[in-house]
Amino acid sequence: MIHIKGLTKKFDDRTAVDDLSLDIDKGEVFGLLGPNGAGKTTTIRMLTMLTKPTAGTIRIDGCDHGDQCIKAVIGVVPQHFNLDIELTAWENLELHGRLHHMPVEVRRRRIAQLLEYVELSERASEMVQKFSGGMKRRLMIARALLHRPKVLFLDEPTVGLDPQVRRRLWELIRHLKDEGLTVLLTTHYIEEAESLCQRVAILEKGKLIALDTPAALCQRLGAYVVEWDEPEGFKTRFFADRTRASEFAATLTTTTTLRQTNLEDAFVELTGRKVVG
Amino acid sequence: MLYDIWTVFWREWLVLRRRIGRFILSRMVSPVLYLVAFGWGLGRSIQVNQGSYLDFIVPGIIALNSMNISFISVGSPLNMSRLYHKTLEEYLIAPISSVAFVIGKVAAGALRGLISSLLIIVLAYAFGAHLIINVWFFFALVLNCLVFASMALVAAMTMDSHEDMANFNTYVLLPMSFLCATFFVPDHLPVALNWMIQILPLTHASLALRAIATSGAVPVFSLVIMLGYIIVFIGTGVWLMEKVRE
Repeated sequence: MIHIKGLTKKFDDRTAVDDLSLDIDKGEVFGLLGPNGAGKTTTIRMLTMLTKPTAGTIRIDGCDHGDQCIKAVIGVVPQHFNLDIELTAWENLELHGRLHHMPVEVRRRRIAQLLEYVELSERASEMVQKFSGGMKRRLMIARALLHRPKVLFLDEPTVGLDPQVRRRLWELIRHLKDEGLTVLLTTHYIEEAESLCQRVAILEKGKLIALDTPAALCQRLGAYVVEWDEPEGFKTRFFADRTRASEFAATLTTTTTLRQTNLEDAFVELTGRKVVG
Repeated sequence: MLYDIWTVFWREWLVLRRRIGRFILSRMVSPVLYLVAFGWGLGRSIQVNQGSYLDFIVPGIIALNSMNISFISVGSPLNMSRLYHKTLEEYLIAPISSVAFVIGKVAAGALRGLISSLLIIVLAYAFGAHLIINVWFFFALVLNCLVFASMALVAAMTMDSHEDMANFNTYVLLPMSFLCATFFVPDHLPVALNWMIQILPLTHASLALRAIATSGAVPVFSLVIMLGYIIVFIGTGVWLMEKVRE
């Protein structure tokens, strides 16, 4: 569904995205991970035609980058709340539908249906300025889905939201996948990627440093991890099986934790940094 | 294309319709002050070209007011939309052309300028002014609104902070407000300054509106100059909209 080859973006002397190549299948929920400033948002901006690449090619559902047909195929939920605060929830969707040339009857039916879907029907005529962060994000998802895109781009969809709202959005994203939508999301909440994505790509300083399923990335390090404190800092060691991990933990004299390796461990090992968030 | 222009315009109209009462009331304040201070106050003791000063300054006030309203209706909201609210992105990812966006925004700004100018015309008659208001007068007025709505679009797409937008007002609009044949005839100013003033678009708006309102003459040269400014600003606006993706 999405084919990216040699994608590069330079801002003066700084390379934000460096020779990125990816293929994302139809119906896949794909995660783009990386520390702040790794190039995730720039990649999304190039894929959604908000930024022109310096080099490389992008093809989405048969449309090349720059073709107007891409705009009909993609739905975008940016990181910042970019709803029109001078309009109501309904009017925000109405504007989107008009911009995407949806016929009036289809548009109205779809708006009503999507407001129902994101549980905002009763707030349709309220100004969005009064909405909470979770409501704004849900409305932005409804807006992105209005013109029936085939690919949904979600840039940090749950940043700044409380855990209950975050889990509610996760349910929504899973539901979209079940309906056959291809979803590309960026996040620096590792548990979010682990919970939602079939495959993840990890970016650092604009470069792709890993691409696999979350389980396979964890397996690379070892299925179990032992963590312990030492005067010089927090230490971790990975083991292929639980027995060896237990044997090692028994040799330590400080408080230790033995647990299964998760995607965050893989992320930290690969990027060499603890994630913020 | 026409449908897309209408969509962009429709959003602006929706917002204006919601606050039309507040818009009209707030737009009446400065013209009333100008008419009282310069028309009734100062104007009683001044005669210009055998006519009353009130009749002289009303076209100037209309030019000045339509400039300000058209500019601020597009400038600050678009600048905020581009830099802070990021709502411009909604248009950038939609299948509409930059031309449609620019024309829709400029037309909506010009409409606000026109509405407030109509208010001044009504107020001017209430203050006892004598004006010839015909089709050419409205044509010149529309051109002036379009000049400054399109100039605002260029400024909004170029200035990288809200403060820079305010500075643009201070350094460009404010001097024009006083110098461009709005309150006096600039012929007696030093030659170099007069030349500079003759280049500025508001001068041609003031001259055109005054010529039509006082004698009914059609100042073709000034209308062509204003049309030229519109073409340049709209062309630059479209180019900036394309460039914003780089």
